[in-house]
Amino acid sequence: MPSRILKKRSLIPGQTSELTLEAPHIAAKAKPGNFVILRVCENGERIPLTIADTDKDAGTITIVYLVLGKTTAHLETLKEGDEILDLCGPLGKDTDIHKHAGPVICVGGGTGIAAMHHIAKGHHTVGNHVIAIIGARNKDLLLFEAELKRFCPEVLVSTDDGSYGHKGLVTELLEERLKADPSVAEVVAVGPVPMMAAVARTTKPFGVKTVVSLNSIMVDGIGMCGACRVSVGGKTQFACVDGPEFDGQLVDFKELSSRLSAFKTMEQISYEKFRSGHVCTCGK
Amino acid sequence: MSAPAENSSKKAKTPRTPMPEQPAAQRVTNFTEVALGYTAELAAKEAARCIQCKKPLCVKGCPVEINIPGFIKKLAEGDLEGSYKVIRDTNSLPAVCGRVCPQETQCEGSCILGKKGEPVAIGRLERYVADTFMASDACEQLTGAHACAMEREGLKVACIGAGPASLTVAGYLSALGIKVHVYEALHEVGGVLVYGIPEFRLPKAIVRKEIDAMRAQGVEFHTNWVGGKTVTVPDLFEQGFNAVFIGVGAGLPRFLRVPGENFIGVFSANEYLTRVNLGRAYDFPNHDTPAYTGRNVAVFGAGNVAMDAARTAKRLGAERVMIVYRRTENEMPARLEELHHAKEEGIELMCLNAPVTFEADEKGWLKSITVQKMRLGEPDDSGRCSPIACEGEFCDIPCDMAIIAVGTGSNPLMAQTTPGLALNKWGYITVDEETGETSIPNVFAGGDIVTGAATVISAMGAGRRAAKEIAKRLLA
Repeated sequence: MPSRILKKRSLIPGQTSELTLEAPHIAAKAKPGNFVILRVCENGERIPLTIADTDKDAGTITIVYLVLGKTTAHLETLKEGDEILDLCGPLGKDTDIHKHAGPVICVGGGTGIAAMHHIAKGHHTVGNHVIAIIGARNKDLLLFEAELKRFCPEVLVSTDDGSYGHKGLVTELLEERLKADPSVAEVVAVGPVPMMAAVARTTKPFGVKTVVSLNSIMVDGIGMCGACRVSVGGKTQFACVDGPEFDGQLVDFKELSSRLSAFKTMEQISYEKFRSGHVCTCGK
Repeated sequence: MSAPAENSSKKAKTPRTPMPEQPAAQRVTNFTEVALGYTAELAAKEAARCIQCKKPLCVKGCPVEINIPGFIKKLAEGDLEGSYKVIRDTNSLPAVCGRVCPQETQCEGSCILGKKGEPVAIGRLERYVADTFMASDACEQLTGAHACAMEREGLKVACIGAGPASLTVAGYLSALGIKVHVYEALHEVGGVLVYGIPEFRLPKAIVRKEIDAMRAQGVEFHTNWVGGKTVTVPDLFEQGFNAVFIGVGAGLPRFLRVPGENFIGVFSANEYLTRVNLGRAYDFPNHDTPAYTGRNVAVFGAGNVAMDAARTAKRLGAERVMIVYRRTENEMPARLEELHHAKEEGIELMCLNAPVTFEADEKGWLKSITVQKMRLGEPDDSGRCSPIACEGEFCDIPCDMAIIAVGTGSNPLMAQTTPGLALNKWGYITVDEETGETSIPNVFAGGDIVTGAATVISAMGAGRRAAKEIAKRLLA
């Protein structure tokens, strides 16, 4: 069924926005770690997006996207009151959230911070001490800092150019924090593949459980097509029904990033066609 | 045998009426239907071949027990409407079945004329009758009345999944005035009929018309509702449904478990066909979903899905498409007609070869596969001769795309959220064979989620059994 956009908030102008969607049947079931598959218009492609927040009482879910290709560019043209043609979910396994004795560190990079937010909130809800470590290229590209501060006693920030917080990588902050505090119970990382791989490398010597949320290519998202397969501990797993979260120490990140590039050329063709004005006529 | 022996033997000697088809050279350039369908003359000619057995074996060969001699008799007499009604009595999707059923192993496989000559082309006749009536009023077709069946107050049944099994349940029960709600995870209704079977074998317009007929009969379809996620069995009973039918279809594709099969360019047939059929990737970039276009394509497996994938790759511009199979042509599970069509279209059969490894270039893109020669040994559990590896006999096949079509496993989503649902060791739902009822009272299941990957018609047979039982209970 179509889903109406109740609220649109531009997070990084022209690049990243947050949509609050009317979807009571999804909001009723959605848990941290879940995602949705959406299709913007009749000729559109199905794409997966992580649920960044839910409000059961209001019957809404929140998604955050980065304009990367045709579908997200089309999403960016939609306004409050417009409808998304198909919204399907919640999909994927729920994050394993339970009370830990020690703190949980949630690491987020780029748009992944939004997805990480829902997981961090879940950990906070069961009473865990949540430390957020977030990073972006520069201050203007940093997301969800204020939202995380609402429930995280510590929010550590890094930027590549040093325009805000620590100058450098999130993994440097993570390593420092792990060295200082041996009681950390778990690390969760959501962001670009190289970041998640680096987080897994960083936590390895500390032996801390490390969960990563994988952004594989998906088509149906319901356990039918196998497009989202990833190698985990040498075994083929499916991000849509076995994941999207897996043990970061066991994921073959090299294979994942190679598979993510499979349709690059064609995605570019779609995007160029859209930008050159051949706008899908079913859009608003 | 009812008919005089003389007559039967004469009719057996009359050859089957050929099906008009798009020429192979033309059809590999498009996605329009290969088989064009009988004309009225051809249908009449073929219908006249039926000898009207008193104890028709063909009916026993049909999973939904269509009164085959009955519909052919009416057709031969020129009563097309009557003929259609006979089919509709037991089959909710005749235009689909006339196209995709494996008739040679079912109705036609049991036809007595086949003993001495060629069986009656039952599937082609069914298709002709169904297609003729496609355009007419849906309610009248289904119920024989201008108005649809009156809804029976308070009776409602939910179907999870909108493939052939559920559609059969919906068609059957709604004709009796029972309200049916169908919940489908994808954005389009039809299940494998729309995501799996290509347009050139089963046009989506045909599926849509059959579904529109059900809508006209009061069936409500809810798309983007995932069984086991958005909607669960306990939810449905809470909402007052009297019975639930689970027809969620096939699950995750099986892979070959050989090194390198996650390289770029290696697809499951499910992914490839879903991109092309559901995503209309054959019309990229007018439709956004992309599909890969390989130059040299290797397809593993030799069932209908493998044939569909191979023929699709050819249509998308592949220069060379090979079916790589461990056994020989004799053991191939595909419908004979599909194998025949594939060969006509230039699909190469590379029999007695099993994959060993996939190799890629430095960027992770598939560039070749290594296969090992096989020979046939003694029959195995499946009754087919088992393939045995020939030691040391390997061969490299250059290819930039591979499609794996070796079957599917069970989908875990329903089991995860339906407390008390009994499964077998492979994760398929166990049911009472007579009624289709699961371990949970008034929850029924059928199709691939019960049997593993099978045919459209066997899923419909299961749907029909369950629907009969549901109707019996609700209308008692």
